Amino acid sequence: MSVASYSYKLQPRKVRLEFFRLLPISLFVVAFGAAFGLAATQKGLPPLDAILMSITVFAGASQFAAIDMWGNQVSVLPLIAVVFAINSRHLLMGASLYPMLKDVSPGRRYGLLLLLTDANWAVSAQDYQNGKHNLEVILGGGLVLWLAWILGTWLGVYFGGLLQDPKSLGLDMVLGCFLLAMALGGKKSPRVLVAWTIAGLASLAAWRWLPPNTHVVVGALAGGAIGFFWLEHQDTEATDEPVAAEEGAPQ
Amino acid sequence: MMIETTTTGILALIAIMTVVTLATRFGGVFIMSFVRISPRIESFINTMASSVLIAIVVPMAFGGDVGARVALVTTAAAMLLSRKPLPSIAAGIAAAAIARYFF
Repeated sequence: MSVASYSYKLQPRKVRLEFFRLLPISLFVVAFGAAFGLAATQKGLPPLDAILMSITVFAGASQFAAIDMWGNQVSVLPLIAVVFAINSRHLLMGASLYPMLKDVSPGRRYGLLLLLTDANWAVSAQDYQNGKHNLEVILGGGLVLWLAWILGTWLGVYFGGLLQDPKSLGLDMVLGCFLLAMALGGKKSPRVLVAWTIAGLASLAAWRWLPPNTHVVVGALAGGAIGFFWLEHQDTEATDEPVAAEEGAPQ
Repeated sequence: MMIETTTTGILALIAIMTVVTLATRFGGVFIMSFVRISPRIESFINTMASSVLIAIVVPMAFGGDVGARVALVTTAAAMLLSRKPLPSIAAGIAAAAIARYFF
């Protein structure tokens, strides 16, 4: 396969644009990072190791869970299981970007995936639903989120929690509200609404009765199954309600 | 198997976490590179993508406190009415803060 067959060209200008587009949400990520840094040092993780973990792992929920398991000794298999379970949503998120990622060279493809996280993926996936190919947000948005996570961790380990009680300000709900806004900004057809209902019910059932941290993957696959068996007819696709697409995500 | 949290032990634990997380970041795309993208697979991917968001948010609402629920309901309502993400998110966060102040 020749290099010329990779049709997606990343535009540097758009990468910069996406960097600044996700800057507002990154400010909240700094606050979460500080909370992680504080929790890590309280559990006895040396400051530089906490920062190193944020640099190389860059997956907040799993880092908090790992810190929860920290002690004089850490058992490896449970650690692997928990980190994998919490981060297994990345498998589905990456797969959903494949129709775009196949158009960039393998080196860039996996390079972009280093920065894959919830917020930049949600923007890219939503843009894709609205017919826009946006891998630039994975790079530019991912970069600003990553830097914010590292900066926050650094602040947390050396200066403690930035805020006395971030929860009282509702800051723990930033990511939830962000992801929900992304979902509701996407295309809504009867098929999608049925899939969401199934996804919601399946994730609730898994959350209640299956091992911890499996609910995201279970719910997403259940919703995906609806798409697998219920295809949108090609000829009606053009008549789908047009979405107010010009700015579907934070700027 | 246990690893002691000595200097090298900690580095080993961080390395393990890094590799596991990297495998989840790379794995989905790696598997997809062996799958032929038919309309059915495309439909699966698209529906699954937004279902990820729903599957994260719904248990958050059920498991969360009053503040969490009020935040998500407010964001949803604002988003459906205004279609503007940033004000909708801000409204949700403010709603959580207000709800927690009173309850």
